[in-house]
Amino acid sequence: MLVHLNNFFKKIIIIIVVSIFPFSVFSEEKKIDFIETNWSFEGIFGTFDRASLQRGYQVYNEVCSGCHSVKHLSYRNLSEEGGPEFSIEEAKAIAAEFEVEDGPNADGEMFMRSGKLSDNFVNPYPNVHASIASNGGAYPPDMSVLAKARAGGADYIYSLLLGYEETPENVELNDGVYFNKYMPGNKIKMSEPISDGIVEYSDGTKATKEQIAKDVTSFLVWAAEPHLESQHKMGFKVIIYLIILIILVFMSKQKVWSRFSSKTQEQEEETFDKVERIVTEYEGEDPKTFK
Amino acid sequence: MSETKYIPKSKLAQWFDSRLPLLTLSHHLTEYPTPKNLNYWWTFGGILTFCLITQIVTGLVLAMHYVAHVDYAFESIEHIMRDVNYGWLIRYVHANGASMFFLAVYIHIFRSLYYGSYKSPREVIWIIGLIIYILMMATAFMGYVLPWGQMSFWGATVITNLFSAIPLIGESITTWLWGGYSVDNPTLNRFYSLHYLLPFLTFGLVILHIWALHVPGNNNPTGIDIKKNSNETMPFHPYMVMKDLFALLLFVAVFLWFVFFAPNVLGHPDNYIEANPMVTPAHIVPEWYLLPFYAILRAIPSKLGGVIFMFSAIFILMLLPWLDTSKIRSAVFRPIYRKLFWVLVFTVILLGYLGAKPPDGIYLILSRLGTAYYFIHFLILLPLLGRYEKTDPLPMSISDPVLDKPGVLDKVKKAALKYEGENVGSFK
Repeated sequence: MLVHLNNFFKKIIIIIVVSIFPFSVFSEEKKIDFIETNWSFEGIFGTFDRASLQRGYQVYNEVCSGCHSVKHLSYRNLSEEGGPEFSIEEAKAIAAEFEVEDGPNADGEMFMRSGKLSDNFVNPYPNVHASIASNGGAYPPDMSVLAKARAGGADYIYSLLLGYEETPENVELNDGVYFNKYMPGNKIKMSEPISDGIVEYSDGTKATKEQIAKDVTSFLVWAAEPHLESQHKMGFKVIIYLIILIILVFMSKQKVWSRFSSKTQEQEEETFDKVERIVTEYEGEDPKTFK
Repeated sequence: MSETKYIPKSKLAQWFDSRLPLLTLSHHLTEYPTPKNLNYWWTFGGILTFCLITQIVTGLVLAMHYVAHVDYAFESIEHIMRDVNYGWLIRYVHANGASMFFLAVYIHIFRSLYYGSYKSPREVIWIIGLIIYILMMATAFMGYVLPWGQMSFWGATVITNLFSAIPLIGESITTWLWGGYSVDNPTLNRFYSLHYLLPFLTFGLVILHIWALHVPGNNNPTGIDIKKNSNETMPFHPYMVMKDLFALLLFVAVFLWFVFFAPNVLGHPDNYIEANPMVTPAHIVPEWYLLPFYAILRAIPSKLGGVIFMFSAIFILMLLPWLDTSKIRSAVFRPIYRKLFWVLVFTVILLGYLGAKPPDGIYLILSRLGTAYYFIHFLILLPLLGRYEKTDPLPMSISDPVLDKPGVLDKVKKAALKYEGENVGSFK
């Protein structure tokens, strides 16, 4: 049985190699080399850096939120496990900084009130058209799932934020269009959003451009996948459980199959007895005629 | 099809079984004789049943939270991902489950091709299997539309537009499919309805598929007929159940690795951008499992031609039992077919790769060559091969390799030695 299994795996490996070959060529071609960074949330054990997420929220709030919405996040998410983990009081205070339209009240009027934990992040524009109109015809995308909506994910966003360069001489750009090394087509309508010291971190972290880009990217990855940490934790447990189960099932299978093999052995012995009987019948005759 | 007649032990059971033979059925299913030489490629049937049930169960839960409306579909998916308890897990299992389902079905189909499982007397099993495969593709395609992302919308637009290539009635068919004059809310609604319906049709066909299998019994790696109820078979339970379970768990481990650690690698990032009829994505690509057919579609210069070739690529498989004229089932004993099989595997993978590339330059040329070879394989090479291929000798029975084992032969020789004393050298 083990021999069968060996052949099986050998074939699988051949198939994987054969099938991966064209795809690896494919991905090599497509990949632009993003700036390398170590993300704490990558890998099987990846978790978010709370302080970085909290700083990332600050960057979002002070820099990005002027144009970009994050409509699928709620203020309560800021205090939930696996995220920036602000305390409930802090999250409440953050929510209260915003004015939310509510209503209609008993008189049929819409009214403004301060934000609550259950509110979604307030949108900077009343609608998509308004956001396009105020941004020179370009839609500042909603950032809720941005990290999952771009090839390259976190690396792409991080590189893009740091990828602004002087326009090369052979490239001509209209007013309000900027040159970015990592933007597909190199033309981007967002002006360079971050620079050294554009925010002031209260925890004493030095607000370099790289640090700011890293913090806000982490924040966006969390915004796109708020359950990433529990996903990793559960995944690890599940895989360990499966490995143990697979070993046990394999051993049981071998045990069960050994019953059949011993049965086959009995049958072989029967055959042997039969042959013995046939041979006995031929006894005495010339062995050369025996077949 | 166990030949022994089953009679339940207790009176009550006999009373019930004579009215509805469920006990006979379960006896049949546990005692069902399977060839003892099945290898691990045969475990994918069970794996596929598991995949279908997983998709139905997770889909059922997702349907409780999903909203099939163009304004809310994308949002409701995010609601599932964020606010429904373990919604992310259920959705990722369902989304990756589709890919795993296709991975398993491709292995299952290619196993059948290699060992000639589609040949007489198993043609009906093969054709039902292909209908299941077609239903799977339809279901998966419509399921991919439901999140209403950019690829959902534009994929739906491209695929439904194919029908407009049909002369005279094409335009009307497309309008009828859409429920309007473009892919819009009515399209989303009917796709949702059909996406819920088709898996149950598939389930029914799976029962027929297994039923049809249990009439002639399993094929096996040697491709030769086996004697039922002999030492060449073993009862399905516990032997095959244990083996299938072991293989299934290995498969599930791979499956869940994707779910927990790389849930989005098999999808396209653009599908996390909400559908926008005003913005066309740079490249519209279907999910990976449809790419070979997409490559064939685009390899043909005319739209109608492309559609015809694409559908023919699937339907040609229905004729396979008659196109393959060789009497020998298993590629193990067909030296030339064995090589052609691997060339076909390579061609299909190559077409899949080309389906993800823009259709110009070298990619287009390769797509055309690949498409041509695909049809040549089935329409020309296989019919000719059956006539001219020199096949290897078949063993008398699947036990033959077992009897070849030195142990058995030694025993016979020893027996002879015992009785003959001398002249053993001449003994064969």
